[in-house]
Amino acid sequence: MEIDFIIFNIPVIILEQGALAAGFLASLFYIRALDLRAYGEMIKDAAIVGAIAMVLFVPIVGLVLKDRSLVFQIERSLMLVGAVAVGRLHISGAVRARVGIRILWRLALVGISETFAFFFFPEPQRNLIVLVVLVVLAIVFALEALLRSGEKLDSIGSKIMGAWPAVISRAKGRQGYLMFFLVGLLVLLPFEPFINSENPFITDYHLGTLTQTLIYILLAMGLNIVVGLAGLLDLGFVAFYAVGAYGYALITLHLGEFGIGFWWALPITASLAAFAGCMLGFPVLRMHGDYLAIVTLGFGEIIRILLVNMIDFTNGPNGMSAPRPTLMGLEFTRRAKEGGVPLHEYFDIPYDATYRYVFIYLVALALALAAIFVFRRLREMPIGRAWEALREDETASKALGINHTTVKLSAFTLGAAFAGVGGVLFAANEGFISPSSFTFVESAIILSIVVLGGMGSITGVIIAAAILTLLPELFRDLQQYRMLGFGLAMVFIMIWRPGGLIKVRRRAFVRRDSARGASNPALGEAD
Amino acid sequence: MGPIVIVEKVSIRFGGLLALNEVSFQMEERHIQAIIGPNGAGKTTLFNCLTGFYKPTEGSIVLRRDGKSYHLTQPPMGSFRGNPAGWMGGFLRNLFTSNPIHRTALLGVSRTYQNIRLFAQMTGIENLLVAQHNSVNHKLLSGIFQTPGFLRSEKKALEKAWYWLEFMGLEDTANIEAGNLAYGLQRRLELARAMATSPRLICLDEPAAGLNRQEIEDLNRVIVNLRNEHKISVLLIEHHMGVVMNISDRVVVLDHGEVISEGTPAEVQKDPRVIKAYLGEEEEDAPPQSRREA
Repeated sequence: MEIDFIIFNIPVIILEQGALAAGFLASLFYIRALDLRAYGEMIKDAAIVGAIAMVLFVPIVGLVLKDRSLVFQIERSLMLVGAVAVGRLHISGAVRARVGIRILWRLALVGISETFAFFFFPEPQRNLIVLVVLVVLAIVFALEALLRSGEKLDSIGSKIMGAWPAVISRAKGRQGYLMFFLVGLLVLLPFEPFINSENPFITDYHLGTLTQTLIYILLAMGLNIVVGLAGLLDLGFVAFYAVGAYGYALITLHLGEFGIGFWWALPITASLAAFAGCMLGFPVLRMHGDYLAIVTLGFGEIIRILLVNMIDFTNGPNGMSAPRPTLMGLEFTRRAKEGGVPLHEYFDIPYDATYRYVFIYLVALALALAAIFVFRRLREMPIGRAWEALREDETASKALGINHTTVKLSAFTLGAAFAGVGGVLFAANEGFISPSSFTFVESAIILSIVVLGGMGSITGVIIAAAILTLLPELFRDLQQYRMLGFGLAMVFIMIWRPGGLIKVRRRAFVRRDSARGASNPALGEAD
Repeated sequence: MGPIVIVEKVSIRFGGLLALNEVSFQMEERHIQAIIGPNGAGKTTLFNCLTGFYKPTEGSIVLRRDGKSYHLTQPPMGSFRGNPAGWMGGFLRNLFTSNPIHRTALLGVSRTYQNIRLFAQMTGIENLLVAQHNSVNHKLLSGIFQTPGFLRSEKKALEKAWYWLEFMGLEDTANIEAGNLAYGLQRRLELARAMATSPRLICLDEPAAGLNRQEIEDLNRVIVNLRNEHKISVLLIEHHMGVVMNISDRVVVLDHGEVISEGTPAEVQKDPRVIKAYLGEEEEDAPPQSRREA
């Protein structure tokens, strides 16, 4: 190793340690296991350990051999001391919270290993190592938390109902912590190239691909409503995606002069797609299974063929250009169109094409998270329950007074609205759209994401979306076998996990009020 | 108390088969009324007419509620007839409400099925929450943002669901998927689900099928309790004479799609036509035991 291997990248360390500490504190918040005194003790404990580390590190690390003379560099040892103190905080918190100790242990290991990487590896390798460690640990955490909580609920659940509250709150605490950690990571991810500008690990290409993944998550959430919850097999979902994308391009083309840009187009186009969904819903109200699949397949093709043939309106197979999104009217171009102001001029910073990728990525992330949130809520709402009831037994749900017309239409409408938003993002991300982006293959991919992930499940669908969009990017050389791979994956999933990667876990209800057992007029007398 | 259901000359024909032939009977409010008859007599068909699953070829079924009569066999055309401007609104309303099954349910008729039709992949308590769909706040935005009103209505629905689960002794299995429950529990859950809709009239299609003696006694207690405490009219199809004769206020006997006898359990038991339908003519040497079981 060369002598100048230590290059401090203080912002990165602060950022990452900060994120870890924040994730950790959030987990404590969710667990609600600690009172203020425990926090105080933890901080005191960390301070003591930090002081010991200081004594050890300052003479060893603080002295650097430079040009044949020793130079005293206090900040190096301070960073190490900080890392040790934060790590100690992690561990003592883990011990005190008594929840997910192993996970928090590993969290501490992230901090330590990262800090290690920062100190002892030269720049290019360091980034790689940190990222690999982070990604691997994130995946391990995700899988462990999900698999474990699921297994607990299944095996113990039916036997000891009394233990439900405990099991649930544990699962919730872990999930909340995990969510915070992953979301924090995803939010911070695109800023890596700015901090680490000499040799960024994350390039525009990566951001573009991740944006596409997020768009697929958004779409899959929409289709998850239609297929997963309402049980309506929709093979033409891409039609609403196309309506969204073309809606955005056309609205900004024709109404751009009235100041209708990306942000206005978003709700307008979502309602447009929702309307299209409603229109498809009417003729297929009485259809089930195969027949429904054929009609929706046809609908998808109709929209695509319309886009190809309405040359005056959509420019046919030549496609249309779609404007890039703006931030409060600031553009992400080097030179603004007339009347516009580019972002870098406004803030007086040098132009960087990455800003645009970061921005679209963040917008896509926000919208995907919003979609996940809405889907989660929908699943627990009366309408979500009605969708599932309709899927399970349409006649029985009608006999309970559920209006199957409105319930089915609302599934199509809301699902299509999600797809419309996805379409706008797609158009804004690509900058150019043509009918060839909206073929049946696209529908098939979205459907396979939902089926592979587990119909109605959120985590499963997110994982499946990530796998199905990132793997083809990684194995671009094998592109011609992509469909083969999809098919194989589908077959194996159907054999091994017919419910999808992660089967939906039903929401558990806990009896809260004190009236428990007070009323059992009919059966109480029997024994 | 007047009648809650008036069935008048209801006939239904499936192709050449006359499944019901001018069936007429009345049912008093807050009565337990049983419909019995040999297999293929048309009992379930009659139920399906009552709950909107089938449309009778002829005849009318009137449901009386709060002093008003509702014709179950006719679509609700009256509301927009004679109002030219209301045609479109009428069309839309018709589109959204004219489904007779759904409409009957809204009038307060609830039912269970001969072959259990629970929402198998939903938990017991979710089944009961679905049943309350029309009484909870199902506005989209208030649900997504969980407004206080929405949370209140959900809480109320949950309380009601727990009440009926406890009523049927199902509170321990509330979070188990309905399809994984034991058969007897599924039957009870279906009854609880029907009750969660707050019906006036509940139609039970062979509620005692497949239950053991203890379970049947529990069921009898539950049904009597529904009438006495919850002021509900119960119409039931049953083969199990222990249920029919012990708890019914009136019994209607169907055979080959026709009402052959009607009256209190004691009257019906003595009616020679009933004995003939069940046991056959004296000359015939049909094995009586097996026909009774059927």
